[in-house]
Amino acid sequence: MLGAELGRNVAASDTPREASARRQPGIRFESVTVAYGHTVALEDFSLDIEPGEVMALLGPSGSGKTTALRAVAGFVTPARGRIFLGDTDVTQMPPFRRGIGMVVQQYALFPHMRVEQNVGFGLRAGGAPRGEIAARVREWLQLVGMGAYAARYPQELSGGQQQRVAIARALAIRPKVLLLDEPLSALDAQLRSGMLNEIARLHRELPDVTILYVTHDQIEALTLADRIAVMNESKLVDVGSAQSLYQQPPSRFTATFVGNANLLAVTIVEFDYARQQARVRLGPRMLQVAASAAAHPGETRMLCIRPHALSLEPHAAGANTIEGTVTDVQWRGSAHRLYLDVDGAELCVDSKPLRAPPPRGQRVSLHFAPHDATLLAAPDGPSAGGRRAEPPGDRL
Amino acid sequence: MASVASASLTLGAGGGTRISAPRWVWVLVPLLALAGIFFYPLFFIVKQSLTGDAGPPTLAHYAALLSSSFFHAALLRTIQIAVLSTIGCLALGFVLALIVSFVPFPGVRLFSGFIDTILAFPSFLIALSFTFLYGSAGAFNFIFMDLLHTTQPPIDFVYTKWGVILAEVTFYTPFVMRPLLAAFSQLDTALIEVASSLGARPFRIIREIIFPEAVPAMLAGGSLCLLLTLNEFGIVLFIGAKGVVTLPMVIYGKAIQEFDYTAGCVAAVVNIALSVGLYSLYRYVLSRTGGGRASVL
Repeated sequence: MLGAELGRNVAASDTPREASARRQPGIRFESVTVAYGHTVALEDFSLDIEPGEVMALLGPSGSGKTTALRAVAGFVTPARGRIFLGDTDVTQMPPFRRGIGMVVQQYALFPHMRVEQNVGFGLRAGGAPRGEIAARVREWLQLVGMGAYAARYPQELSGGQQQRVAIARALAIRPKVLLLDEPLSALDAQLRSGMLNEIARLHRELPDVTILYVTHDQIEALTLADRIAVMNESKLVDVGSAQSLYQQPPSRFTATFVGNANLLAVTIVEFDYARQQARVRLGPRMLQVAASAAAHPGETRMLCIRPHALSLEPHAAGANTIEGTVTDVQWRGSAHRLYLDVDGAELCVDSKPLRAPPPRGQRVSLHFAPHDATLLAAPDGPSAGGRRAEPPGDRL
Repeated sequence: MASVASASLTLGAGGGTRISAPRWVWVLVPLLALAGIFFYPLFFIVKQSLTGDAGPPTLAHYAALLSSSFFHAALLRTIQIAVLSTIGCLALGFVLALIVSFVPFPGVRLFSGFIDTILAFPSFLIALSFTFLYGSAGAFNFIFMDLLHTTQPPIDFVYTKWGVILAEVTFYTPFVMRPLLAAFSQLDTALIEVASSLGARPFRIIREIIFPEAVPAMLAGGSLCLLLTLNEFGIVLFIGAKGVVTLPMVIYGKAIQEFDYTAGCVAAVVNIALSVGLYSLYRYVLSRTGGGRASVL
């Protein structure tokens, strides 16, 4: 139903992405800097978002991701740089002219309006005929499964229902761009998971809407985004597909923030260009790891291993084995998380639920496959060992 | 049951002295104080209005005053001034509160503080300043007469009902602004931003998002204004507007100037009934329109 409506003007031979590329604008940030007084909230931010793409801005609190979103919406004016929607420079354009749908963390439903009035608000503001408003409101409410709640007030709805209405309201104006600012943060874990699936489904049905999704939750970003822009301290750190950022993190920050990777300082012993592998030294141990970029013997690199890529071994034998002392054991329902001390560095391991988890102080052996580890650039901070990173997104 | 029927008061840090008494005793004390200060004089006003200086209770005094055209004119003038002043306060208060809350400008704190200062002024001071500014020999007339080379003061509204209304609007607008500013500070700015992103222009946002949220505060502030302007005496007296006679002026004139206490008491009872009736209406309207949110007053 919806797909048919959105595809009305699309030629039969067009794929949805091709059609959207012609009809829908992407978003382009050109060296955007936003400051609040003397505080720089976003610094020299450049990013291209393709039409119809879902881009997640992922980062901790204060990283500038919401400021970037607010700059697209027009609620903050950049001190420097320009913002484009498609080919249109919208840097100085007032928010009501930008044609953007927006969903915020606390839903922001108009409390004195019924659900149907909320969804129809943007259509009324845009001067749509009354008959068309009613039809489109009905249609969008059906799409988000809220058709039966049209006459209710927001305060009569649960958090998840309110968020569905907020999404329907944002989409009802057929926006060129949809901005989602931590839309699931106010929901409990179960609802969040359900709404995540709902948003993924909506995007499949609306492939031509460009979505900018701000979150500090790596699971949301990995689930929804075509690409992720990782941000920290008001700057863009890395951009890439969810898979590439997870499997080949370009930086230490991305490695730890996306997927809670272990980082250990190692020394290159040998680099095999043909097999794209390197032999590295970790304390007294020799390890074999994948290396996509050239590495020279004697160089110091960071060995990056995901917690789930490490497996507990009964005996300290074989290649790629690391021994460590258990410092903490946590049961997480579907997994056990172990923290180990490896030559003074902390290593985090996610294992299947263990019948008899090793007690604190016990020496254990860990194994990993060469292709499950990667080498990052030399440490840019004082710590050479792994660290216990707990990104907020770990909670799902 | 014991806890319902009685209550105790503990005196001293160590809780050494305990006064235990039935609960109704604690209600009785303030009730007696209220009766002595308020209900006793009120009773005598009502009694005087019915009996006059001597004689059995009768409604003849009411009939005499209520049938006079002088009283009708005063009653209508009182309601007219109160209603127009309240409308003016609501309009000006809403606009000023909007500017203070949503259009930040240098000196906004100073402006806000100035509003609080007006609340502390006696009302006649505004009337006095109006006379100095806009009166026949006021500053503005002096300037304009000099500029226009005329002997007649060009500004000539102060000594009319419009002068009274303008003075009341000036004085009572902060009574509307205070609850409005409190309501606007509670308003989620995300509502405005989302509305704006959905294509709503500023006027639509004010009309459809901000105004409905402000209604309880406007009802609270407006009702207070209406009650206060209905009973306003100082401004009307100090302005001394020709032919502008309101109910409080009737009471003052009858009781103090003409020594006709009975007629003064009848007018006072009518004034009280009007105020209480309006207050009841205000409570009723408030309960129907989300009175809880008006508790900011």
